[in-house]
Amino acid sequence: MKTTTIALLLLGLGLVAWLAARGKAMAFVGAGKIRPHSLPNYHGWYVAIWGVVPALAFLAIWGNISGGLIFQTVMASPEAASLPTFGMQRSAVLGEAYALATGETAAAFNPQARALAPVYARAIAFYSWIGLAVTLLIAFAGGALAYSRVSPNFRARTRVERMVMAVLLVASLIAVLTTLGILVSLLFESLRFFSMVSPAEFLFGLNWSPQMAIRADQAGSSGAFGAIPLFWGTIFIGAVIAMIVAIPLGLMSAIYLTQYASPRVRAWMKPLLEILAGVPTVVYGYFAALTVAPAIRDFGLALGIPSSSESALAAGLVMGIMIIPFVSSMADDSIAAVPQAMRDGSLAMGATRSETIRKVLVPAALPGVVGGVLLAVSRAIGETMIVVMAAGLAANLTANPFASVTTVTTQIVQLLTGDQEFDSPKTLAAFALGLVLFLVTLALNIVALRVVKKYREAYE
Amino acid sequence: MSDAFATVDPTPTDWKDAAMQRHLRKRYAAERRFKLIGLGAVLLSAGFLAVLLITMMSNGLSGFSQTEVRLDIGPAEAAAIASGNPEAALAEGVYSEGGWVRLRDAGVRQGQFWLPASAVIDVAAKGDGAAEAEAAYQRLDRQGRIRTRINFGFLTGADATDPTLVGIWGAFKGSLLTMIVTILIAFPIGVLSAVYLEEYAPRNRWTDMIEVSINNLAAVPSIIFGLLGLAIFLNFMHLPRSAPIVGGLTLALMTMPVIVIAGRNAIKSVPPSIRDAALGIGASRIQVVFHHVLPLALPGILTGTIIGMARALGETAPLLMIGMRAFIAAPPGGFTEPATVLPVQIFLWSDEVSRGFVEKTSAAIIVLLVFLLAMNGLAIYLRNRFEKRW
Repeated sequence: MKTTTIALLLLGLGLVAWLAARGKAMAFVGAGKIRPHSLPNYHGWYVAIWGVVPALAFLAIWGNISGGLIFQTVMASPEAASLPTFGMQRSAVLGEAYALATGETAAAFNPQARALAPVYARAIAFYSWIGLAVTLLIAFAGGALAYSRVSPNFRARTRVERMVMAVLLVASLIAVLTTLGILVSLLFESLRFFSMVSPAEFLFGLNWSPQMAIRADQAGSSGAFGAIPLFWGTIFIGAVIAMIVAIPLGLMSAIYLTQYASPRVRAWMKPLLEILAGVPTVVYGYFAALTVAPAIRDFGLALGIPSSSESALAAGLVMGIMIIPFVSSMADDSIAAVPQAMRDGSLAMGATRSETIRKVLVPAALPGVVGGVLLAVSRAIGETMIVVMAAGLAANLTANPFASVTTVTTQIVQLLTGDQEFDSPKTLAAFALGLVLFLVTLALNIVALRVVKKYREAYE
Repeated sequence: MSDAFATVDPTPTDWKDAAMQRHLRKRYAAERRFKLIGLGAVLLSAGFLAVLLITMMSNGLSGFSQTEVRLDIGPAEAAAIASGNPEAALAEGVYSEGGWVRLRDAGVRQGQFWLPASAVIDVAAKGDGAAEAEAAYQRLDRQGRIRTRINFGFLTGADATDPTLVGIWGAFKGSLLTMIVTILIAFPIGVLSAVYLEEYAPRNRWTDMIEVSINNLAAVPSIIFGLLGLAIFLNFMHLPRSAPIVGGLTLALMTMPVIVIAGRNAIKSVPPSIRDAALGIGASRIQVVFHHVLPLALPGILTGTIIGMARALGETAPLLMIGMRAFIAAPPGGFTEPATVLPVQIFLWSDEVSRGFVEKTSAAIIVLLVFLLAMNGLAIYLRNRFEKRW
């Protein structure tokens, strides 16, 4: 029987247990003499949980170990004695026998597999029956034990609530586990990478060409893993060009919408600008590659500047457009947090509105705006699809915005697509780049949140 | 400072003075300029959005229509079809690459048969072809052998190598399966952690750690989740590559913090009087939350969930990492079968050289944007309709 069928069967049993226990509890509520501690539903849940959860846990464990047990039984059988001793052939025969036994294939090429298939089928059937029997035994034992405890004085609600609390705690620990998972997997693979390539070369090297040679005597046989050109490209696109676009536009939009616009205009324009943040990045990437990049290349060539069709400017410009709503909403929040008294004071002194904004509001809101810009930078350097589609692959160290540069995220995607071997530095380099990206965005976020928080406290 | 006070001129400012008037005019001009710059910034940002949408529309709308060419089945063609070699009947080269399959399946032996045009003719018919293709198209048009139909195949088909035959149903189904996995995992875990953190968690170092990780996870670049999925789900747990289940798990980890943060805000906005009243009539702490607080917070939680799901639906980078970029010519049949998703399909088509893929890519983008718009609209509707203000 398949595991999913057994699981469904268990859930059915759980329902029966719930109904039975609830019925039993209802009976003594109905008698009316005594006031039971818990409502009938809680008794039902208590018995159902004891009937289903341990059995499901066993089923999960059994699913993991039964494969090994089946294999051992097959190996111990006389038919297995004639198997080829090791290597590809052996596993091929075993695989074929398994496929035959489970009915995935109808005929086997190998005669030994044909001989082994019934043994396999017998072992599988044997262990699946054992699994089913033990699961049902646990389910009935747990259910019956719990059922026998259902009585007016039994504190079923307290018990059930304790289990609910445990579930809540486990759910909230998953976030911690995810963070740990990211750190451990990135660190683990990065350490393997740094055992092949020295960290100093990776962090300070100026040459990036991660191709590994097929033959040892080939030219450039050892790939170069100097990541400085990547870091520069990332900063150039994400922190320079994108921010030159996003900071003025975002800040001025926020100022206009909060200080000048009528409520109706604000009610329409603010969600409209937020659509910019909701457009999928792959759409921006396509827009950058299809429309913006050719236009910018033609513009650059018209100016007489050497231009690439995958220019840093195209990717940075489009990324800046994507970031506008982030900067705008952070600026909006921090301007709104400036106390009204400061604005009123400035206006009362005879300053115009723009003078108040420029000389009072913006300086007072500056820490919040800076925090918002840092968050926007962290968002921009982690952005992948725009640069994958619109920025190039050439690792150039150039300040010419019409030339092609590459970024950390582009290279991660490039290194991890296509054929993968998990012991070549080429693949592992992606994890080292990922680690750097993770740490840098983490640091930016922590600094940004601290700046924002400290500033908020100053006014409250 | 005392000097400054001492030197203040006691005579009142003469605002009618010419120099003062000039100064004032300058200040008012600066005010107007500043306001115009602000308006300009808003309009420019909105203009970018408009250009983006108009570009996609003008490129993509033609992707929903299809040019068809009429095949006149003469004796030679009939013989070719009868002999089981329908490709020979289409030797003219103006039909779609997969046209012979339709011809074979239709079982037509005589008369006329409409077939999708080849990519070159299709592009020429939509006014963007090379000179040669344009000439071929003109010739066919003069013969009256051209017509334009709605391309239903685009909505029902899967990926193909010929742009006239591609469809988005395969990628859409992949997206659907992936989203099912994502919501089944992210929603319960997200809501339960939000409940725990907001209602029960004691203030201690452990709770701080959980909060810090959730806030950080919400800001981690999506590609890092892809690396996590690759290292844990594929290399460590050996789940099938390119499968919706792996994509769904990866996106669930990414969406969960969004749901937790939205959930906490929604739970926080339920007034304490509700809790006090329930506790006062003897409800346990669990009953207070699950019977009273959670139902009241649900609209807010759902709004946050839909927004998180919309983000997950448009996400591409983490799915590239776990191998969902393979060429998949049939819609996936289940959670463990190789699949691709809508944004990745857009990415794959955008890489194709053939001109015919430009309109298909934009058309797929239109479909994706329509879905995202619908989801966000639903979220706004839920917020306005059900969210209570206390």
